Formats: sequence, structure tokens, C-alpha cells
Amino acid sequence: MTRRTKIAAALVFLGILHGFVIFAGFLAPYPYAEQHREFPYSPPTPLFGARAPGFVFLLGTDAYGRDVFSRLLYGGRVSLFTGLLAAFLSLALGLALGTAAGFYGGWLDRLLMRGGELVMALPWLYLLLAVRAFLPLHITTVQAFFLLVAIIGGVGWVRPARLIRGVVLSARERGFVLAARGFGASNAYLIRRHILPLTLGVVLTQATVLIPQYILAEVALSFLGLGVAEPVPSWGNMLAEAQQYHALVEHWWMLAPGLAIIPVLLGYLLLADALLEKGVRRV
Amino acid sequence: MRYIARRLLHGLLLLVGVSVLSFLFAELAPGDYFSELRNDPRVLPETVAALRAQYGLDRPLPVRYAAWVASVLRGDFGYSLAYNSPVGPLLWGRVRATLLLTGTATFLAWLIALPLGIWNATARGTWFDSVSRVVLSFLLAVPDLLLAIVFLMLAVETGYFPTGGMVSPGSERVEDVAWHLALPVAVLVLGMLPTLVRHVRASMAEVIDSPFALSARAQGIPRQRLLFRHLLPAAANPLISLAGFSLGTLLSASLLIEVVMGWPGLGPLFLEAIMARDFAVVLAVVILSASFLVAGNLLADILLYRMDPRIRMK
Repeated sequence: MTRRTKIAAALVFLGILHGFVIFAGFLAPYPYAEQHREFPYSPPTPLFGARAPGFVFLLGTDAYGRDVFSRLLYGGRVSLFTGLLAAFLSLALGLALGTAAGFYGGWLDRLLMRGGELVMALPWLYLLLAVRAFLPLHITTVQAFFLLVAIIGGVGWVRPARLIRGVVLSARERGFVLAARGFGASNAYLIRRHILPLTLGVVLTQATVLIPQYILAEVALSFLGLGVAEPVPSWGNMLAEAQQYHALVEHWWMLAPGLAIIPVLLGYLLLADALLEKGVRRV
Repeated sequence: MRYIARRLLHGLLLLVGVSVLSFLFAELAPGDYFSELRNDPRVLPETVAALRAQYGLDRPLPVRYAAWVASVLRGDFGYSLAYNSPVGPLLWGRVRATLLLTGTATFLAWLIALPLGIWNATARGTWFDSVSRVVLSFLLAVPDLLLAIVFLMLAVETGYFPTGGMVSPGSERVEDVAWHLALPVAVLVLGMLPTLVRHVRASMAEVIDSPFALSARAQGIPRQRLLFRHLLPAAANPLISLAGFSLGTLLSASLLIEVVMGWPGLGPLFLEAIMARDFAVVLAVVILSASFLVAGNLLADILLYRMDPRIRMK
């Protein structure tokens, strides 16, 4: 397989997975909060030949008789889109700050890089939790979602910023940039036209690394009860229900949200590997 | 020597910066330990104010920071309002438990990753390398959280392993702790292994492909000697940095697993402190984990400086 087909395959795979989640409203058989109290922990029903009363629970139900399959799809919305939006935020911040630091240098560079070191001096999950700790605990679901995006994305700008700064530093001295500057190009024009396109490779590979990491961060925070809260599902708070492992032995389908993460991470991993693969092998 | 001193100073400044920032951030945070009390109609506002005054929360920020630094230097790490005691004594037992868990896991993970990575790098293109790459990639995509839950589920089902905690009630024996240690360590090792092996394999592969390796092979240097005396030291730099990072995350790597598996380490303490808005404990854990990370990186830098003449020349 060539690098191109590998990238295409990974993208198609990820596209399908995200499609499931985006069209959750269309694909999910039940609303995510609809309770069938008479069927708690009902095992997965076969698609064909379901007995009366004829509810089909593809992945069984949870303690309140809510359809796990529907909740999985809706929960994926929260988890995957937290990852995507937070990665977008991180990269946007990293791009802005990294470019500014690398291009202008001087005190701005020193300030940003020292500040970055402060952020990097903390273990990542502890930093996330500590930031979360200092913010209000009881908030609405929508607030929680955007708060998660802001925290995860806002905390993660340092690594992309450092990488982008490195690219910009070397790009600034390239011949064509110096030539354009000689012709009187303004800083804004130089950055937009000549510097930013060079950072594209780093930005893309960073995106494939950050998105899965941030999906896991959302899952961890919601799992710990610091993220999106019931009744809105997320893969994290669904897994928290599965934490009663004594019950889990009989209700293995409660593990579904954890298993659903695996193909998503695998897709991003394949994409990252394909992107990093060198086009031509050095001799 | 001057290099080491400079790095030490740098690390110290970094920690001071982290502590000042966290202190400021805690100050800006809405609500403190007593804010729940304020919602209680039975409690007079004056009572809350008196409580705050009693614990010194009404003093200006610089004064409180100075008091906090003094208490860190005494080893108290501030005063926990939820536990009504200095934080230090609460921490040490937890730190020991966490270090026991992560130290064992990190040691085992490196013990497996080094030979496996080197072997994979020398056997590139063979089925062994392909299989182990596929398995490790898959492992990388399995969240630790899921692994922990599945392992606990198996423990319940088979009954061979305890389902949480560090010791059985009333037992002080080493075997008992080891028995409790087995599952969390297994989860941690499986979580660390893929990244470590990938790094070892990548850095070894790069050296194996280099011209000096080819010429050394042409000289007829035996394979074992070539691998361990010539190639491994050349590939060591990124691995030393990684090992420093490994050491640095000793306190923080196991947070989720401790919470899920009921290991009485720093993780559960930290989480409870967050829920209770007990900022003194949060702050102490943050500073402690940051100092570990800074120290780990520092150690790696110093080791690199000692081992690699190229860095010393700069």
C-alpha cells in the first residue's frame, strides 16, 4: 500500500465512524434518555425474531432500561466532538502563539516559551483536573461541554506552539522569505503567504496526535464526574456506570462505550502513522 | 558542574512559577471550602466569616502565599480544611502507595520494552516484527480505563485476584500486597509498553541504518558486541530523555487506574479534594507532581550531559 492509499483508507474509516455519530438522531432507535423501566439490564436482543413486546435493544439496556446502542451514538457526539473542537482550539492557539514567538522573536518569544515551560512542568491529567477543580462544579450540560473543550484545548497549546515555532524559525531565514522581504513585503503578508503554508505538515500530524488524546481526556473527565453529566450520555459517564464491576460480570454490554473508543483511536493512529511515513526512503 | 547548577536553578524557578500561578488561579476560583456553608440558611454569614478568619482565608494573597511557602518548607504543605490537619502527613502514605505501584510498573515496562524494541529493530520486515507492531498498535488504541475495568471484571469472575485496595484487612504480609499489586501493575505496564517499545525500536532502527553501523559490521565486529557496545549507546539519547519523563510521571501516571481499582494512592485523594474544594490538598498534589516531573527531566538532562560529549561541547 502506498502512503496515499493508507491516508485515504484511514480517512474513510474515520469518516464512517464520525458519520455514525453525526447522524445519531437518524440512526438511534430511541431517544437517549427514554427509559424502559420494565427492562433494566436487558441483554442485547437479536435484530430479527424479537419477542413481544418487540423492543429491539441492539446492545442491551442499562439500569434504567435505556437503550445502550442509542446512548452510544449520542454519547459519541459529545466525546468525539470534544476531541475535535478541543484539538482545533489547541492548534489555533498553538499556531497563533507559535508563529508570533518564532517570527517576532525577542521578549515575546521568551515570554511565550517560559510560559509554556510552566504549563509543561505539570503532568497533563493533573493539570486538567486542577484547572477543572478551580472552576464551578455544578453547571448545565451545554456549559460543561464548552468548558471541557476550553480546558482541554486551552491547556494543550504548548506542544503544538513549540513545534510550530521551530518550523517558523527555520522558515524565516529561507531564501524566498528573505527575497520577499527584500521586495518590501509586509510582515503580515510574509506570515500569511510564505510562513503559514510551511507549518501545514506539523499542524496536520499534531491534529492526528491531539484529537485521540483529547477524546481520551474527555472520557476520563466525564468518567470521574467532572465532565458532561447525566442524563446526557458521553462515553466517559457511560463507562462510569460500568464501574460497578460486580454487576458487569453479568452485563458485559455495559462495556460498549469503552470498546467503541478502540476503533476511533485505531483510525487516528493509522492516519498519524501514514502521515509520518516518509514519502521517499532516504538512501 | 556549572551546567548542573544552572539547570537546578532553572527547575527551582519553574516550580516557584508553578506554585505562584496555581495560587493565583485558586484565588480567582469561584467558591472555597466554606461556600457550601453559605447556602445553608441555618448558618449565619457572620459564622462563615469567623470561620474564614479562623483559618486565615481573609488575609491578603501575598501574606497567605508566604505562609504557604513557610509551611511547605516545614513539610506541612498547607492546612487541609476537609481533613482538619496539615496536608503533609496525609500525603506521605499516599505517595508511598503510588510510588510502589508506578515504580514497579515502570521498571517492568522498561525491562520488557528495551529487549523487545531492540529485537524488533534488528528484525525489521520479519513476521515477528510485524506481529508485535500490530499487537502494540492495538494496545495503544485500548484505553487504560477499559483495561482496568475489564481486568477487574475478570478478577470478579475468576476470584484469583482481589478487586481493589492495597491490603486485605488484618494482613500485613508482603505477599498480600504483591497479590493486590498484580492487576493494577499489569494494566499500567500494558498501557506504557506500546509507547516505550515504539521509541526504542525507532531510535535503534535509525542507528542500525546509519553508515557507521554498516562500516562497523564490515570490520567484522561480532553481532552482540556491535549491538550493545556500539549501537545501543549511540541510540541512547532519546531513550534517556524518555526515561527521565518516565521517572517524572511516577506520581501522575496511575491516577485513573488508582481511582478505578481503589488503590489508596494520590489519585483518589486528589479527586476527593477536588470534589470537596479542598484547595490546600489540590495545591500540594499539583506542586508535588510538578516537582517530580521537573526533577525527572532534570535528571535526564544531567545524564545526557554526562554521557554525550557532543552536548558538553555546546
